[in-house]
Amino acid sequence: MSATEAFTLKGRMATLSVLEIIDPGRLFDQLDQRLAQVPGFFDGMPLVVMPGPGVDFSHEGFAAMVDGLRERGLLPVAGSGLPAAVAAAAGLGVMRNPAGHERAEKPSPANNGAATAATGQTPAGARDNPRSPARRVDQPVRSGQQIYARGGDLVVTAPVSAGAEVMADGHVHIYGPLRGRALAGVQGDRDARIFCQSLEAELVAVAGQYRLSEQLPVPLRGKPAMMGLQQDELQVEAL
Amino acid sequence: MARIVVVTSGKGGVGKTTTSAALAAGLAKAGYKTVVVDFDVGLRNLDLIMGCERRVVYDFVNVINGEANLNQALIRDKRVEGLEILPASQTRDKDALTFEGVQSVLEGLAENHDYIICDSPAGIERGAHLAMYFADDAIVVTNPEVSSVRDSDRVLGLLASKTRRAEQGDAPVAEHLVVTRYAPSRVGKGEMLSVEDICEILSIELLGVVPESNAVLNASNAGVPVILEDGTDAGQAYDDLVARYLGEPRPQRFLDEKKGLLGRIFKG
Repeated sequence: MSATEAFTLKGRMATLSVLEIIDPGRLFDQLDQRLAQVPGFFDGMPLVVMPGPGVDFSHEGFAAMVDGLRERGLLPVAGSGLPAAVAAAAGLGVMRNPAGHERAEKPSPANNGAATAATGQTPAGARDNPRSPARRVDQPVRSGQQIYARGGDLVVTAPVSAGAEVMADGHVHIYGPLRGRALAGVQGDRDARIFCQSLEAELVAVAGQYRLSEQLPVPLRGKPAMMGLQQDELQVEAL
Repeated sequence: MARIVVVTSGKGGVGKTTTSAALAAGLAKAGYKTVVVDFDVGLRNLDLIMGCERRVVYDFVNVINGEANLNQALIRDKRVEGLEILPASQTRDKDALTFEGVQSVLEGLAENHDYIICDSPAGIERGAHLAMYFADDAIVVTNPEVSSVRDSDRVLGLLASKTRRAEQGDAPVAEHLVVTRYAPSRVGKGEMLSVEDICEILSIELLGVVPESNAVLNASNAGVPVILEDGTDAGQAYDDLVARYLGEPRPQRFLDEKKGLLGRIFKG
């Protein structure tokens, strides 16, 4: 409890958007189109840059791409799933990101049909990071408390108060009212979902897509609900 | 073995000190040797509520610093047998409280008291943390409004994680809810949260409800724990509350609107 410390080092979980580069050649064309639709939306957005399946960057190529992103107002802060030397050439660090890594091995949803056969060897063996068992919490999660189930699901059998935050790499189940924030798939698992018995949340998010309480459908407030991504949109459904 | 009870809330001005004084006086009246400790170093109030401000010579910080012993600092209440007060220091701040100092003072008090009531300062910083750290029981005081309830929720989280019992893996601190300044008429109009709502949000057991009452202000001004004013609604509410704390079942009162003459005429 010394008052003289000049700094503290905290292991804080933050949700970062991950930019997966599937086709470097067409990246900037499509990105510019997207930016034209929502000008300013991406300004200063911290990003983790991750090469998609089968994409390899040279030192110069990666550095040039990162510069291109910066010119467009984005803020790449780290690379993932690529050699440290390549990331360092662009002035970035490398995030050790097991879930992201695993995702890179999976076929991307866009070319699902074609890729499934080709990547038949992907399951089981390629998963160097097996999911941890679910974490269970039986005490109410109080305002100001933060609970993170790393590498797996989170099961809460008590209320989650306003001002509390529950997070999981997998699904989040709440057998009680959800009044605080719930974040599922925080490492980027787009199949993750949130389940709760009474939807009174301040914020819900799956794989970085979020909705605030005022964006939740009125008829479902206070009702059992499930939230998950459908075509990149966070959907809320009655349970 | 003394039982250590922290009276806490997070938010200021909700009635922690009033509740501490009433609880301590009630327990002493019931025959238990009780001491109430003011942890609000720098903003000393308990001595005023207890009406002993002119008798403060040494305080909590003096004892921690070894400048006085416990017997010199403890003030014996003149109205209730077996009730003592350990006042806070007004000239110091919360940093004067050390972990070891608080622990040794509480151990000293535990030798010849049945109950040690710790009147916590507002907030969740050092003073409040040390007040709750050694507790066996917690009385969480809440007003029927959202910010107070949210702060109490935060404090309940700390009680479950930042106390000696939590850190040593013992049975958790027993949590009791006290709702103060409750005005059923304003609940009816939707201006205040109802007791049911508060219990639902905090999901802990309700010990008692103290109605909004002039008696509390009058008692504070007079330096009398309000529980000793047994003709008043707030005094009776605290009396019920202490009895329930000691295990005697008593029905909740003061939950419904007192109907005035006009109300009776119009609502039948």
